[in-house]
Amino acid sequence: MAPGKHRLRDYAAIIRSKNAGPYRLTFDILFRDEESFRVVRDSNAVTRETVALAYGVNPSQISSLFIVPEGRAIKVTLIRPIGQGERGDSDMYGCQQHVPLMELPVPPGENR
Amino acid sequence: MGAITVLTPTGTLGYGFGAEALEGGMALRPDVIAVDAGSTDPGPHYLGSGETLVSRFSTKRELSDLLSAARGAGIPLVVGSAGGAGSRRHVDWTVDIVREIARERGLHAKIAWIYADIPIERARRAVRQNEVQDFEAGFLLTEAMLDDTVTLVAQMGHEPIAAALDGGADIVVAGRACDDSTIAAFPIARGADPGLAMHMGKILECGAFSAEPFGMDVMVGTVAEDHFLLEPGSRNRRASLTSVAAHSLYERENPIRQAGPGHEVDLSDCRFEQVTERRVRVSGSRFIKSGDYWVKLEGARRAGYRTICIAGIRCPTMLARIDDILDEVRAQAIDYFAPASFELTFHVYGRDGVMGRLEPQREITSQELGLVIDVVASDQELAHAVCHQISGSLLHLHYPGQFNTSGNLAFPYSPSEIDAGPVYRFSAYHLMKAASPLELFPVNFEDL
Repeated sequence: MAPGKHRLRDYAAIIRSKNAGPYRLTFDILFRDEESFRVVRDSNAVTRETVALAYGVNPSQISSLFIVPEGRAIKVTLIRPIGQGERGDSDMYGCQQHVPLMELPVPPGENR
Repeated sequence: MGAITVLTPTGTLGYGFGAEALEGGMALRPDVIAVDAGSTDPGPHYLGSGETLVSRFSTKRELSDLLSAARGAGIPLVVGSAGGAGSRRHVDWTVDIVREIARERGLHAKIAWIYADIPIERARRAVRQNEVQDFEAGFLLTEAMLDDTVTLVAQMGHEPIAAALDGGADIVVAGRACDDSTIAAFPIARGADPGLAMHMGKILECGAFSAEPFGMDVMVGTVAEDHFLLEPGSRNRRASLTSVAAHSLYERENPIRQAGPGHEVDLSDCRFEQVTERRVRVSGSRFIKSGDYWVKLEGARRAGYRTICIAGIRCPTMLARIDDILDEVRAQAIDYFAPASFELTFHVYGRDGVMGRLEPQREITSQELGLVIDVVASDQELAHAVCHQISGSLLHLHYPGQFNTSGNLAFPYSPSEIDAGPVYRFSAYHLMKAASPLELFPVNFEDL
């Protein structure tokens, strides 16, 4: 890939958000190929801290982060700031919360 | 045990499937048709109100096709989480549709239905005996909260459904059930490895969402001694490593260990292999039985009544000071209606209407905003009055720099306020210890 500022959307095939029960928002990042998965994994672009920063929440609100090599995927789950259907909830299925992840910067590594 | 084939027609009963896909799937000679009809995903409303997620028309239409296919092949039909939330009213509604189809078509079959409602007193006893734990709700379940709860169900495991099948049922309508268990019940009842069957259930429960291209459509799984195979019903789709692995992550927090009623499935040694162009083989899923049998409670309470107003704002002078204006109108309304209280939410589309406090980009870059004024109060009349007072104030508010003095909001509708009826919220999302897998889920039979 050409040098320059890269974002997660340049490497992933699918970036999605969805409820995992009424109190969790789970994000799946599925990579285009093995190489893209490795580049992002090794760059530490997706950590509890970077995801928390992207959403303006405390890292303690990230309930889990899994690197899933068999699925060429990274999975991050956030405690919903507002429970599903509670006062002020704006996304009943939690399916339109993914955009800040698309824009997550992927720092350049060696040999790239 | 020989291989057992399960056909799942769609992700949610009533959301559709293709005729060609059903035919293709039935050609694989399934041993059972199993489908789930709901979950908590559409929110607490259906659980609380007893209204169904899908229309009677869609449910009847799809149940007719599935009953014809199942009776034609002499195989059972299993429906889990009937009606959307799987409450008693939802189960009765679904059983009634099945009876009607049977009458109209002259079908004879044995139907079983299983309620998943938990008597409030049973849950109160569990609270007193310290046999309730928070799952993810972030609050403890109390007896007072149970008293406020209008509907309480628990997710059944595969056991009550297996008991209905063992009792000779041709058609099983189950109340709230773990999605995976609905699909896995038949194979497990016939001796399949429960780890493989549950994992297959997890993937099949969304129908062809695990295929590519994905869609609400037919998916078929065959569980054998040490693996299972997945294949879509439609020739226009295929199961691929990517589509199946991706689906293993969907709507769950933990991709490695997946908990269900009385068990966990460990996927850490799982292998996915592409065995043909459109078929994927999965192996290595392991079943871990829990010591005690815990079920997940889902409860809903009524929080009040909602009235909404939808309006557009185009003037740049108002966009520039929208936060101040909304704050001012909110304060006025609180003062005006005191001591009555209400909940007021402004959804401001064009700024952060979709993401709320998770929105990192709060600067307004469009030329217009969509505003939803959302009021919840103790009764409908008060909610309506508050919503109208707020829309009226906003409409005629004077603010500095204003050019247009004839009205600040563009309403697409008259009346501008829409009464949305009762509002339900989740009141329980906790684990409760059951005496046995069958204790809470009575099975009823009837010959049609």
